[in-house]
Amino acid sequence: MAKFPSEAWIQLFKEKVNSNPEYAEAAKNWEGDFQFIVTPDEALDRELIFYVDLWHGKCREVAVLRSREERKTAFTWRGAYSNWKRLISEKRDPIRDLLTRKFQLEGDMIRIMRAVRAAQELVKTAASVPTEFV
Amino acid sequence: MVFSLWWFLSPEIVFGEDALDYLEQIKGRRAFIVTDKTICGLGFVDIVVAKLRKAGMEVQVFDGVEREPSVENVSKGAETLTQFAPDWIIGLGGGSCIDAAKAMWVLYENPNLRVEEINPMTELTLRQKAKLVAIPTTSGTGSEATWAAVITEPKERRKMELPSKQLIADIAILDPALPTLMPPELTADTGMDALAHAVEAFASTWSTDFTDALALKAIKLVFENLAKACSNRKDRQVRERMHNAATLAGMAFSNSQLGVAHAMAHSLGGVLKLPHGKTVGMMLPYVIRFSRKEAAERYADILQNLGVSTGPGEDSADVLASTVERLMRQIGETLSLEEWGIGREIFTNALDLLVERACESTLPALSPRVPSEAEVRKLFEYAYEGRRVDF
Repeated sequence: MAKFPSEAWIQLFKEKVNSNPEYAEAAKNWEGDFQFIVTPDEALDRELIFYVDLWHGKCREVAVLRSREERKTAFTWRGAYSNWKRLISEKRDPIRDLLTRKFQLEGDMIRIMRAVRAAQELVKTAASVPTEFV
Repeated sequence: MVFSLWWFLSPEIVFGEDALDYLEQIKGRRAFIVTDKTICGLGFVDIVVAKLRKAGMEVQVFDGVEREPSVENVSKGAETLTQFAPDWIIGLGGGSCIDAAKAMWVLYENPNLRVEEINPMTELTLRQKAKLVAIPTTSGTGSEATWAAVITEPKERRKMELPSKQLIADIAILDPALPTLMPPELTADTGMDALAHAVEAFASTWSTDFTDALALKAIKLVFENLAKACSNRKDRQVRERMHNAATLAGMAFSNSQLGVAHAMAHSLGGVLKLPHGKTVGMMLPYVIRFSRKEAAERYADILQNLGVSTGPGEDSADVLASTVERLMRQIGETLSLEEWGIGREIFTNALDLLVERACESTLPALSPRVPSEAEVRKLFEYAYEGRRVDF
């Protein structure tokens, strides 16, 4: 069990991604790293930023960043803590959450729109991490 | 189940006999008609031009829309449109013309944007220069009611699905006189497109109470009227019902999205240049059977809506797929790629790209059963041979 968001959680997430054959297939052509930014709200008092490097169906590296400027990434996926909690705990559709502006995405939208299934598999993977929310 | 935040979008819908007269009430200075040469030849453009002139507008016509319009085609049209600087854009024709009008509208108002950059996450600037009227002349595309356009990239052999909440017509005009000139084959193809829209919208994981009501009504209208429309093109009432069914289905799928049949049909269209209505209709029974377990209740609801009962030991997917196949036979549609006359070698050579393009689509991910790449390949192979899906 790991607390979300934390270094321990993102490490467990990496392990889960790398042992998920459905994600491996859905994302076999994917190249691009992310900043997953958890912005503060009533339940979280500070911003937390995960670095996640996804490459051809595998997760090559994860890290907790100190600031958004620490690493430049191809994509940024940003949302309030409560929305992250619902996304992961309720296995919500990430694309629908983007469309309804629960999350903001920056990066090459054409590539994202061709990787919807990979994004869904990523959420399912996150949901499989034994998680304790703050 | 409680729905998460979502919305329902629709244009103002003007319908019924003489619906085109509504154009005379539109206020503006300049109208730009986006259409093709066939529609011009049928005399529809002259009628629309006359009504717009009666409204006091200066009118220019672009009749160069290609079947399954390409990025280049719409870019060329957008240049002419920009020079004319209209405050109304009129998409007149089948899905190709309306989709082309939408794409040209985007380029007119967002000159620095590329067509392929249209996506649902980035807000488009529209309605600063012009508004859009969509007038379908076929009964199937639904584009008059949707917030998306389908544009092809011929070099990549790809049909791009380009959705954006802003990309919806302000007014859709459904005049039942327009589809009466459709020949039986086009009536059948476009009618199957409408049916596939409605079935996939109803089975979609994004369906809602609002889209369900529209989809079920559309399905019922198609089953009651499509065969009649194919056999008697002059029956205005039947034509009107099919025209309405297509728009209802468009409203449904635009707000709940589509599924695997459309992803595969778009792939067949992009890679092998096969017409959309025929391919999507053909794929529908395969995809219904593929989702037999996950969508069993949804398919049972459709059958109940149609008054079709399932016998002992029958499952709803099989009964629905067979019901669709019977309709297809009745209206002269083919049930497999092989029956259609697509050569085995052509199919085999194209198969890898067909699978790749279908898997790139956003649509399979919203289906009741999300297929793996291997399952998409198998679905194509079954659809080629006409085999009943058993996996």
